[in-house]
Amino acid sequence: MSKCVLAIDDSLTIRELVCFVLGNAGYDVQLAEDGVEGLERLSQCKPDLIITDVNMPRLDGLGFIEKARTQDAGKAVPILVLTTESDAEKKARARAAGATGWIVKPFNPTQLLETVRRILP
Amino acid sequence: MDPMESIKQTYFVECDELLADLESGLLALESDEGDSDTINAVFRAVHSVKGGAGAFGFEALVEFAHVFESTLDAMRSGTLAVDNDNVKIMLRAADVLADLVQAAKDGSSVDPARTQTLADELSALITPQDGAPVTGDDGEPAADSWGFTPLKLDIDEPAAPSRWILTVTPTPAAYAKGHDPAILLREVARLGDVECWLDASALPDLNALDPEGSYLRWTVFIDSAVEETAIRDVFDFVGEDCPITLDREAPADQPLEDIAPPPAADFDVAALISLAQAQSGSDPAMPSDEPAAAPKAADHEESGGGREPSKQAAAGATIRVDLERVDRLIDLVGELVINQAMIAQRVVESELGRSSSVAIGLDELEQLTREIQDSVMAIRAQPVKSVFQRMPRLVREVAGMTNKSVRLVTEGEGTEVDKTVIERLSDPITHMLRNAIDHGVETPDERVAAGKPAEGVVRLSASHRSGRIVIEVADDGKGINRPRVREIAINKGVISPDANLTDDEIDNLIFAPGFSTASTVSNISGRGVGMDVVKRSIQALGGRISIASVPGRGSTFTMSLPLTLAVLDGMVVTVGDQTLVSPLTAIVETLRPKPTDIRLLGPKGAVLAVRGAHVPLIDIGVALGWRDEPIPPANGVILLVESEVGGRAALVVDQIQGQRQVVIKSLEQNFQHVDGVAAATILGDGRVALILDVDAVIAARSRDRFEPQPLAQAS
Repeated sequence: MSKCVLAIDDSLTIRELVCFVLGNAGYDVQLAEDGVEGLERLSQCKPDLIITDVNMPRLDGLGFIEKARTQDAGKAVPILVLTTESDAEKKARARAAGATGWIVKPFNPTQLLETVRRILP
Repeated sequence: MDPMESIKQTYFVECDELLADLESGLLALESDEGDSDTINAVFRAVHSVKGGAGAFGFEALVEFAHVFESTLDAMRSGTLAVDNDNVKIMLRAADVLADLVQAAKDGSSVDPARTQTLADELSALITPQDGAPVTGDDGEPAADSWGFTPLKLDIDEPAAPSRWILTVTPTPAAYAKGHDPAILLREVARLGDVECWLDASALPDLNALDPEGSYLRWTVFIDSAVEETAIRDVFDFVGEDCPITLDREAPADQPLEDIAPPPAADFDVAALISLAQAQSGSDPAMPSDEPAAAPKAADHEESGGGREPSKQAAAGATIRVDLERVDRLIDLVGELVINQAMIAQRVVESELGRSSSVAIGLDELEQLTREIQDSVMAIRAQPVKSVFQRMPRLVREVAGMTNKSVRLVTEGEGTEVDKTVIERLSDPITHMLRNAIDHGVETPDERVAAGKPAEGVVRLSASHRSGRIVIEVADDGKGINRPRVREIAINKGVISPDANLTDDEIDNLIFAPGFSTASTVSNISGRGVGMDVVKRSIQALGGRISIASVPGRGSTFTMSLPLTLAVLDGMVVTVGDQTLVSPLTAIVETLRPKPTDIRLLGPKGAVLAVRGAHVPLIDIGVALGWRDEPIPPANGVILLVESEVGGRAALVVDQIQGQRQVVIKSLEQNFQHVDGVAAATILGDGRVALILDVDAVIAARSRDRFEPQPLAQAS
């Protein structure tokens, strides 16, 4: 079984990019457009790693993390926050919500893959 | 296509949508209709443009989007007022952002000074609040997923290199947040040589073990060359969920036991990590400094095929298909329609009878064929939104250049129409909007004097009407100045001084070739081309355009186009020994004229009396050069047709064969354009028939009527 990565981002470009980069590297990539869809996918695909955007309609990234942490499938999964924002206060909020790590956008595909490989070798 | 290239295309398509959202959001804010959701949506749009841009290395775009985003963030958090002045700057910033996206797309250049000016304006908005100018990203490599804010620490660099001693004590909260000590320790191991010891002394009996508890702690000895901040950075994001201590190793003579708890067992790193992972619930894995990649890679290879379904599922409700494939499908369906018509013809010829099982089966086939055709056409259909969303900016620019205050209202953006039609809608709409603002809407002073609100409204709408798409551009301006239009038309020789024209006909004179009402050709609506060019480009699409105007109240341009350029409902007629197809949409009625209804006008002209009105008779055979003398109209059949320019006309044909849907085959690919012929088609019996360009035929005839001399300047 290849490792499953759930990527949640409202930008189609980012979704396609993540899907391409990680899919090519052999990961099973599942995609969701926002937090609500992310929660649906979470229970279906039981991911080994979740990468989520912060700013999304309906349910944002932090809201998603908080809800995911209450579910069995989301309890101990590493959740990386993919965001353009970088100030300490927001990072603290993400941490409080239950995030595992932080990737700063704009990211480049190689860096993304490297980061994911470190968590899911 | 190179996958990255294809994702880049996705990015640009997405950018178009995001830029449209950005603009409509800002416009809503400008007109006070926005709320916090609107601000969020606007912020997200810029945020997403920036997010994608970085992945493709569009530096200028990233830089500008970053400044823009920071300003919007201030607005979102309430530190920057959502007032008209601020939103106006943002609207201009949105234009610059759009230009930068365009530049990234086609490699064109954007005036760096303009970008810089706006970036400065944006920064200035938030500088007073922040006390510091906006800077770019803090320059930390994004690869470091474990945080990037270096901690400020006073580092006493010891003279003699001694190893770091790191203790790691994860709390249950760390596991609950997805942290994996194995990963953290592996990160530490990446920094330099390490020696890792596990303390499992707190591990209880299995029956007393809380699976979500935390019982392990580690002591790691790290090469002295490693920077303290680098070690601390690894644990930056875990924070208090995984307390660490970091000290320099005591002099070698001091026993280890004094500084670190005695290791419970002599594990090697790999074993430690496996154990850690077993506890955190994930699969066992090798430490990074061992050749772990090989078995994993094989695993991935094997599962390569199995991944496909889930990927497809992830793609959701849409798929991306090469346009060529769709076009091929449309071509094939076109052939199918022709083929089906041919069979129908054979069945009729074989005199099987309409109630025979073959004929009934064929009827069902025809129904199905039509449904397939509609469904296939629907694949190419797209909402006109993609064109409409480019217009607010145009309106803003034209209004700015003409010192008018104009608001654009759009309706029916979801109306769908064939992709080919959409692509060619942009120019005519642009032109009509320019015209409406430049010639229609008055200056604010004039408007107030006329008792109207200072701000003019231009309405752009799309709707479906009887199998066509109708696009209207309506302004609430001064309307067409008919005496002036008439005067110009006479001066330019478009009409003769004694021509007796209705108001409608006068209004539509603005579409006549070489006509322009602006006394000086402004560079906004003029550009050297008149509405005749607009009209011609619309006609080339099988469309019609007309204008209705009420003096003092405004004008409405109405443009109607077929939903697709591939099929046409036509009336198949015989002219001489030729078969011809006339578009059904142009035909008002068909009739057999009584000889008494026909009045001769001079040697060549004749008119037909239809319920009290007189319409010119045009013999199609003569118009297309198939015969020299018209047939007596009473011997033929009249197609009463309507066009925008010359009003109604009675087309004389020899006889009507029937009504049929035909597949349009362009002639211009292989032959040149022939006036009066729009395209060709293949009929059920396999013969090729020309499709009549009704408007062109009537226009040629109208020119004869309006202008005694041949129209030299006509295209």
